[in-house]
Amino acid sequence: MKKNTFRFHALLSVLLISVLVLSACGGGNSGNAKGSSSGDSGADSNGSKQIGMVTDASGVNDNSFNQGAWSGLQKLGETEKNVKVKYLESKSNADYETNVNNFVKQGWDLTYGIGFPLEEAIKKVSEANPDSKFAIIDSNLGGDIPANVVAVTFREEQGSFLVGVIAGLTTKTNKVGFIGGMDSATINRFEIGFKAGVKLSNPDAEIATAYVGSFGAPDLGKQNAATMYDQGADIIFHASGGTGDGLFNEAIERKKAGQEVWVIGVDMDQSLRFGEEVTLTSMIKRVDNAVIQISKDFLEGRFQGGKEVQYGLNEGGVSIADTSSVNVSAEILEKVTQFRQDIIDGKIVVPRTHDEFSKQFP
Amino acid sequence: MNLNMKKNNVGVPFVSILLAMLVGAVAMLLAGYNPISAYASFFDGIFSSPYLMGETIRQVTPLIFTGLAVAFAFRTGLFNIGAEGQFLVGQLAAVAVGIFFKLPFFLHIPLALLAAAMAAGLWGAIPGYLKAKRGVHEVITTIMMNWIAFILTNYLIRTYMKAESERSLDIQPTASISFGWLSDLFQGARIHLGIIIALLFAFLMYFLLWRTKQGFELRAVGSNPSAAKYAGMNVKSNIIKAMFVSGALAGLGGASEGLGVYGYMTISSVFPGVGYDGIAVALIGSNTPVGVILGAILFGALTFGAQNMQMASDVPYEIIRIVIAFIIFFIASSDIAKSVLGLFKKIPLPGRKGGA
Amino acid sequence: MTLAVEMKNITKTFYGMKANDDISFQVVKGEIHALLGENGAGKSTLMNILFGLYQADQGEIRIHEKPVKITDPQMAIQLGIGMVHQHFMLVDKFTVLENIILGAEPRKGTSIDYHKASKEIETLSNQYGLKINLNSQVRDISIGMQQRVEILKTLYRGADILIFDEPTAVLTPQEIQELASIMKNLTDEGKTVILITHKLKEILAIADAVTVIRRGKVCDSLRVKDTNEAELAEKMVGRKVTLQLDKEEKEREGLVLSLRDVRARDNRGLEALHGIDLEVYGGEIVGIAGVDGNGQSELIEVITGLRPVQSGEIVLAGDHITGLHTRQINEMGVAHIPEDRHRTAIVMDMTLSENLVLNSYFKEKFNKRGLLIEKSIKSHARKLIDKFDIRTPSESAKIRALSGGNQQKAVIAREIEGNPKLLIAAQPTRGLDVGAIEFIHRQILQERDQGKAVLLVSFELEEILSLSDRIAVIYEGRIVGIVDPKETTEQELGLLMSGRIKGKETADES
Repeated sequence: MKKNTFRFHALLSVLLISVLVLSACGGGNSGNAKGSSSGDSGADSNGSKQIGMVTDASGVNDNSFNQGAWSGLQKLGETEKNVKVKYLESKSNADYETNVNNFVKQGWDLTYGIGFPLEEAIKKVSEANPDSKFAIIDSNLGGDIPANVVAVTFREEQGSFLVGVIAGLTTKTNKVGFIGGMDSATINRFEIGFKAGVKLSNPDAEIATAYVGSFGAPDLGKQNAATMYDQGADIIFHASGGTGDGLFNEAIERKKAGQEVWVIGVDMDQSLRFGEEVTLTSMIKRVDNAVIQISKDFLEGRFQGGKEVQYGLNEGGVSIADTSSVNVSAEILEKVTQFRQDIIDGKIVVPRTHDEFSKQFP
Repeated sequence: MNLNMKKNNVGVPFVSILLAMLVGAVAMLLAGYNPISAYASFFDGIFSSPYLMGETIRQVTPLIFTGLAVAFAFRTGLFNIGAEGQFLVGQLAAVAVGIFFKLPFFLHIPLALLAAAMAAGLWGAIPGYLKAKRGVHEVITTIMMNWIAFILTNYLIRTYMKAESERSLDIQPTASISFGWLSDLFQGARIHLGIIIALLFAFLMYFLLWRTKQGFELRAVGSNPSAAKYAGMNVKSNIIKAMFVSGALAGLGGASEGLGVYGYMTISSVFPGVGYDGIAVALIGSNTPVGVILGAILFGALTFGAQNMQMASDVPYEIIRIVIAFIIFFIASSDIAKSVLGLFKKIPLPGRKGGA
Repeated sequence: MTLAVEMKNITKTFYGMKANDDISFQVVKGEIHALLGENGAGKSTLMNILFGLYQADQGEIRIHEKPVKITDPQMAIQLGIGMVHQHFMLVDKFTVLENIILGAEPRKGTSIDYHKASKEIETLSNQYGLKINLNSQVRDISIGMQQRVEILKTLYRGADILIFDEPTAVLTPQEIQELASIMKNLTDEGKTVILITHKLKEILAIADAVTVIRRGKVCDSLRVKDTNEAELAEKMVGRKVTLQLDKEEKEREGLVLSLRDVRARDNRGLEALHGIDLEVYGGEIVGIAGVDGNGQSELIEVITGLRPVQSGEIVLAGDHITGLHTRQINEMGVAHIPEDRHRTAIVMDMTLSENLVLNSYFKEKFNKRGLLIEKSIKSHARKLIDKFDIRTPSESAKIRALSGGNQQKAVIAREIEGNPKLLIAAQPTRGLDVGAIEFIHRQILQERDQGKAVLLVSFELEEILSLSDRIAVIYEGRIVGIVDPKETTEQELGLLMSGRIKGKETADES
């Protein structure tokens, strides 16, 4: 009995010591931390700025636009000497607001919310902190944009149109497919631009579409891809984040078995990750360009608060991958260049919604 | 004897936490971060302002619900991995009632909570029924039901209650359990009434299990179904009841998030994760209501504090997941923690004075 | 005379309790040495140390007079020690041959050399008189045969010191005799046998020497020829025990239980009871004798409503109880002491007081509108603790913390307290020590003396013979004979149980 009590005390005391040591260090160090951050804001008067970004729940290494946005900010941090950049990763929907708040409360000058899931968080925090500046990627906040927020959207339909042209001209089976992550307005633009591109370049081609309901379900991606390939499609374009990994997987297996199938990647040049053997081309969303552009505008005092800024072909917001020439014939690429110019010149207006599409292609 | 057991019950989690933080520190050192400043900013991120404390509580709240759900099922001998899906179903039911009904708040809030508990309870009772009547293992069915819930809730939101963006319409203010004065008290943190409801249900779970006839049956069936059957209890109906209650608890967690934190439900591309975290919380809390509350506080605080670790020390969030994983690891393999406890036997007396 | 095993000053402590306290004993090569002691006396711990499953805190082990350190069973096997466990460690769906060589398979290239293995095993089985069919699947052979498999396993691994852990607990009298002769064969061939048991008669019949262990200490080592049953019992328990039950003659009263042509299926859906007819009167104990697995469990389960009845009827004191729910039957006056205490009688993780109301918690006395009345549950427990002398730290202790005997006392207290018309006692003394057995036997007799009907199922023939007023022998789901214990010997009973002869009373029925 005596021994037990003693052991318990020994345990308690060690715990206490540890807690004390930890909190002591904590005290001293948090002082430092605050000191350093106030040092940063002190440098503010010298013109130094802090720009932060909050990822959505897929994290910073998503091989997609979170990663794109961060690489843009990093480039900015390297070229602009007085700019400090940082990202915070969200692990769930609940983290968005606290992460955005975290930047605001530490006095950061501009905070990006990457992706439409952050709409509500950006709306709420920007309203509570009218003196701070924000940007939201991939959303126009339903058109109701506060004066201290700039909304960045992309003309995905324009880029998707171009890869649609490539698909329409490359297909041998006259059948192509599209796999979407979630059935949302943004992802619809990929689908519709792609369909328009295919139809305009190859009116006879059939297009299969499927939405799997998740950006993180490679199993479903693989399954849907298998169905489409089985039904005769030879090229599939996707806008489905990690779900698309399954599509690539299926294509690689079929390619190895001697079947002639292709995938069109999305957001980044996916041939770099999945190989040129299966990646016909990729529709690239230049989130990095947009982030650099918006940040520079902000640094130079041209912050377009309250507005939606659209990045299309003309603004360098969307494009096809530079590596496209590996698998796409020069002849087709030439046509693509022509279409690109026509879009920039306004000779072709690419549909953005199902309604617009059915008007153009009844 | 009794004291001995009690001491170990307290000691194991504590030692596990300490050991896990040590492992986390080593991981940080290896990755080139300063563990001391990281942990400092970690604690800073939880305690340094009312806002952070309020947000920590917000983070803890759903974990209490799902932790209770999993613990309740464990107590009755069932492994409910379906808290995740039940959480979503409950959230949807509560938000739907919040959107489509027009009632005074004193009716609206209870109705929304009741709808959540019933819907999620029935959702949980399906695997219970399959287990009782068909012998299908609940681990399999609850996991499958998670996916059904995930896809079904997204579909229902998109089809029947979608707002402009990728989420449901807003609930009526009368259904909200988020109160301005409470948030203002915590500098605008999203703390809400849910925490009170969670604590209330922790007490109710204790009361149900240890003070009622029904709870007596549930515990007997859970610990030894054969003996319960021999004593004349209806094992099958108790399994279904247990899964209903477990599901209802998880569903109330969803309701509390829907009515308290957001006021709507998003069309989500990922699982919320709180249901799975609830398994860890139940494990840390050794399936007792008080243990679950403490486990949820630990788990919630760790996850929330990790955000500030990112901000202030650049330490990635994953480090704290390592710490959490090791806490669970050390608790699960409690022999490790016990052997460390055993070491204290050999500490000479002066050590005690030093500590005091 | 050389020593095969010598253990010196062995001490082993678990959680502050000394399971073995300075134990020393010696086994002479070529002898059968019995380790006698009550449950929990420390016999198994000591043998687990010898077999390398535990390490002693202190002490020395010598094998064939050489000091050794046995760190794991693998090492024990290398030293020639083999253990035949009480619960067989066999793979049901493997053949006898596969089970014997499992983990020590002779190889030819990459495949198993079955031919060589079966040659070797046949030699062994001839040498020691262990007749067995190597190609049967283990699930198809009798318990006695399974035990032979275990013995062959140890011999195949080269054991020359064999430890038997309570080997007779599961055997019929005939099988016990056969085992005894196998043991003799083993020692004749120079092997050494250590026999763990708490049965005095066996030791007197088989062993050469005996070491008695009580509460972790050796209290004596004796030559068997120099001792007797009473002396051993006294040494084992630490006080004088009455081995003979004082059973008074009693006139039986009215009919309490009757089964008519009852048929039921087992868990696999095969018919396990082929038309059972049985009557139990008030004031009598009817013993069911039979080898495990002949329908005893199914018989009890149909009476208590745990298993559906296919056909036939069960009547309790004039009321039909066929097909009623367990709780209804229990409420009508059937009490049941289940055979597997840990699995079916108590909930280990609940407290003693909770276990004492496991079948009465719903009664008005213990709950009011669904809420438990803690106070009356606890006072009920305290009352039973006093009345049945249950040794426990408190009524709120987890029943897990109690000894097996006290757990069983709690079960009996719970069942008898309901004042039943019929008491079904299945294996009521299994695994208990002499002291507890004595107590439980007295309780059962007392119930009978009060005019209750008692149905006793036991594999211990001695128990059946000494308690019962009538004995019904069950074989393959049929009652094959009803005999008077006063006019029947264990041998006759054994023959009936093995189905080799038919009883008089059923001869005309079939």
